[in-house]
Amino acid sequence: MAGGGDTGGAGRIASENTPGTWAPLRGWLLAPSWLVIGVFLLAPVGMMLVYSFLTKEFRGGVIWELSLAAYDQFIFDRGLFGDEPPQLEWTYITIFGRSIAQAAAATVLCFLIGFPTAFFIATRPVHTRSAWLFLVTVPYWVNLLIRTVSMKFLIRDNGPLNEFLLWTGAISEPLALVNTNLAVQLGLFYSYLPFMVLPIYASVERYDFTLSEAAADLYADRWTTLRLVLIPAVIPGIVAGCILVFVPSLGAFLAPDLLGGAKNFMIGSLIEEQFKGNAGNWPFGAAASMILLSMVLVALLYYARQQIRGERAG
Amino acid sequence: MKRERDPRGARAGGSAAGPPAIELRGVVKRYGSVTAIREASLEIGDNEFFTLLGPSGCGKTTLLRMIAGFEDVTEGAIFLYGEEIEGLPPNRRPVNTVFQQYALFPHMTVAENVAFGMQRLKRPAAETEARTRRMLDMVELGGFSERKPHQLSGGQQQRVALARAMAPGPKVLLLDEPLSALDLKLRQAMRVELKQLQEEAGITFVFVTHDQEEALTMSDRITVMSAGGIQQVGTPHEIYEKPRNRFVADFIGETNLLDVTVEEVSGGGRCLCRLANGARLECEAPGAPRQGAAVCISIRPERLSIVMPGGDSLAKPGGGARAPRTVFPDSPAKPGGGDSLTGVIRRIVYLGTDTQYLVGLEGGSGITVRTRNADHAALGLGPGDRAALNVDEGAARLLVD
Amino acid sequence: MVGAAPVRHKSTGAHPGAEVTAGHDVRRYPGFLPVTILCLIVLYAPLIVVMVYSFNDSPSITIWGGFSLRWYEDVFFGLEAGKFKDAAWNSLSIAAMAATASTVIATSAAVGMVRGGAFRGKSASFALLSLPIMVPEIVTAVATLIFFSAIGFTLGFASILVAHVVFCIPFAYLPISARLQGIEGVYEEAARDLYASRAEAFRHVLLPLMAPGILSGFLLAFIISLDDFIITNFVKGAGVETLPTAIFGAVKQGIKPNIMALSTLMLAVSVVFVTVSWLVGRSGTKPGG
Ligand SMILES: Nc1ncnc2c1ncn2[C@@H]1O[C@H](COP(=O)(O)OP(=O)(O)O)[C@@H](O)[C@H]1O
Ligand SMILES: [Mg+2]
Repeated sequence: MAGGGDTGGAGRIASENTPGTWAPLRGWLLAPSWLVIGVFLLAPVGMMLVYSFLTKEFRGGVIWELSLAAYDQFIFDRGLFGDEPPQLEWTYITIFGRSIAQAAAATVLCFLIGFPTAFFIATRPVHTRSAWLFLVTVPYWVNLLIRTVSMKFLIRDNGPLNEFLLWTGAISEPLALVNTNLAVQLGLFYSYLPFMVLPIYASVERYDFTLSEAAADLYADRWTTLRLVLIPAVIPGIVAGCILVFVPSLGAFLAPDLLGGAKNFMIGSLIEEQFKGNAGNWPFGAAASMILLSMVLVALLYYARQQIRGERAG
Repeated sequence: MKRERDPRGARAGGSAAGPPAIELRGVVKRYGSVTAIREASLEIGDNEFFTLLGPSGCGKTTLLRMIAGFEDVTEGAIFLYGEEIEGLPPNRRPVNTVFQQYALFPHMTVAENVAFGMQRLKRPAAETEARTRRMLDMVELGGFSERKPHQLSGGQQQRVALARAMAPGPKVLLLDEPLSALDLKLRQAMRVELKQLQEEAGITFVFVTHDQEEALTMSDRITVMSAGGIQQVGTPHEIYEKPRNRFVADFIGETNLLDVTVEEVSGGGRCLCRLANGARLECEAPGAPRQGAAVCISIRPERLSIVMPGGDSLAKPGGGARAPRTVFPDSPAKPGGGDSLTGVIRRIVYLGTDTQYLVGLEGGSGITVRTRNADHAALGLGPGDRAALNVDEGAARLLVD
Repeated sequence: MVGAAPVRHKSTGAHPGAEVTAGHDVRRYPGFLPVTILCLIVLYAPLIVVMVYSFNDSPSITIWGGFSLRWYEDVFFGLEAGKFKDAAWNSLSIAAMAATASTVIATSAAVGMVRGGAFRGKSASFALLSLPIMVPEIVTAVATLIFFSAIGFTLGFASILVAHVVFCIPFAYLPISARLQGIEGVYEEAARDLYASRAEAFRHVLLPLMAPGILSGFLLAFIISLDDFIITNFVKGAGVETLPTAIFGAVKQGIKPNIMALSTLMLAVSVVFVTVSWLVGRSGTKPGG
């Protein structure tokens, strides 16, 4: 009996089961955050929803008259004066489609580079691991605008990348990368790569490598082990990484704006255009934002369901 | 749970007058559907070293935390020197706690830790400083006052925790398994130290442990708890020698539990019981057993001794027809009421100070006998030998459940 | 049989002879190191190129004209120096204020969430706290602009500040709550037991123990605020510029060397902040460690 540790006592954390020192003040402690986020984010999103059903005022703003025009304009073309029979309007659907495709491609690209990187870092000796991780995360903390401008500087027609490639003889004339979908892709990939690495790293670090050894013992080669044992075990990290890359890519503004130019518009630029400049159409911008937000929420709900399922599975 | 009164008075070690240091009246604690304390009523005397003893999860910590004020009481009330303290936050209760893992503030020095309580009580700075020094000297850590807790060994941390809790001069000190994180040698040394400190400081200690040896060696009184209920309250001697029920008998020390039937209720709290193999044994019976009832008795192994059938002491003069027969001329023959138990020795375990015999009784059940090696050199017995057992007078006790 | 098993495995495994040499290390995958290096090159190449060219003496951004600090001089004393100085002042003061406010709010929220026990609406509360991260920046920008214009709030310094406080909260919250989760509740109980009121238990025990988390929360919030372009661009109104909006305006006309110098300066500030935050987080991973 003696010597057998009692687990009940000091290991007990107040947060788990006692009324606790702070529980009576809980409401007061949480109130400031609720208030600030509720008033300055939740309420604005609600107001944005309302605005998307109002009538546009030329040169910005709205007229307080209910209207479905914003959503209608999104899908149908009714001619310049709105009196022609409706035809499917492809402009905006195309922009949304392009955004989804770009975001998906960026996600795949980030995964292809990010997974081996995360895996490599997670299998370093403990004392070097955090230095590697630091190296990967530093660029994320550098201003996104500066990073995007840097990327543009690097890949422009007579920029260092082209000069380097010409010098090596890999190409005979400069690649025209700027203002292409590829440049946007590169920008998105560059912007959000750390978001893929971090969650995958976290789950690989928790992975029990004796499972891999067991697989090897049962005649699986490395790649079979990776496919059948390791990846299924780290799926939650992969899903988290994909969501974290996909969501901001979908609504990205800087990469498409600076690297893509007018031909390669994505949702972000479309929305921005409605609130800046003279072509402003606030209800339409609000509607586009609502559609974007809904798509993001769907992705997040899918993610939450995955997480819950993962927790249930242990 | 009925409260057992201490034979020496209402409260052991307590002053005859004045309210008890702590009184629990019908305290119940529930966490949602889980009942952690079923119903506890207790009085803890002034200056008493009072121990809550029980296996892990029986509710000791919960009880202590309710006294300290970290948990509220679901039903019932707690009184501190006659005043109800329910509703008072922990910082308004003149009670201090020594936490199981010490909970020394890691960002403060040893001296800052010890001074913390006095500073909160707004004691004059000079007094605080002097007392801090005195407390650290008391626990022999005078030279460590500027260290951080993580620069101390486990035993030193333990003593700082003790000094910190005693520094504000609480009326009652609560200690939640304060020794469990120490290694055995240190634990044994600390037992003596703690007891001494308590006697010198003259304050009430409520000490929680799951280690019965700790409880027996230090306490004035012990409460044995199990599954959220109080099983028995008494002095270490009472708890050990007169366990009230099966749980207490089994949990404290080693014992033989035998199923018997009450055959004859004699006066004076005794009765004659029949074992499964037909042998009869006279037992202490604290309650009023019903004739014919199937009950359980407890006999401590060291209260049994071995008698070799066919030895010269078989027909020891002075023994009655059912007189106990012992091979040891020096052990006094006591008249026990009942048959002697006979069986075959199955296993002999040498334990250093003692030797333990596992004897298979006729009729199947086994019983453990323990003899001190210093008293009786080797008996020359081996497995397979037949042996008769002598039961000390009053050693067989009927248990209530 | 027992002794022969490993040998058998090695020689007649799926790829005979392929893995006989050295131990079979299940953590090693050929090709993962080159990919990691490629990853780091992609991450750093643009930054390094801009850093290098910021020291270019030539006014043309394509030709290397030798080392010089003239563009740094230009940032501080050139034609646009006044504009940059105002923008930098706005950026830094907004970042300092927004980080302070969001850190205070997040600390309070973390104590409520982590130490508040179980309560109804805990997940909803958590969702609300993470909302600013979940909602795409452009959507937050639109919603905030609409909100301010609907309530008739004049856009400018104050509107930027309010918007920044909101989106900094989750970034401050995460490290602070992570730190708090690692602090056992028993310290607060010990303080309370030793006659500390709630306020004293917070001030003397919880706050010092949480300090590293609070500091890294503050630093992250500060960087995030400095970093923001999209939301600021929507709610800044006319006349107020932060560094990112000023740079964005400038690069619309093409990347000039002074912008590269300015970028390098900002980059250096970010790197210093992250490094400090990292070192703080590492030194204080364990309470008392
Ligand atoms: N906050 C709580 N919520 C639910 N059950 C609890 C809580 N605290 C303690 N318990 C339960 O109460 C019982 C007594 O626990 P405890 O007092 O810690 O026991 P001991 O200290 O004797 O090991 C245990 O069964 C434990 O699971
Ligand atoms: Mg306990």
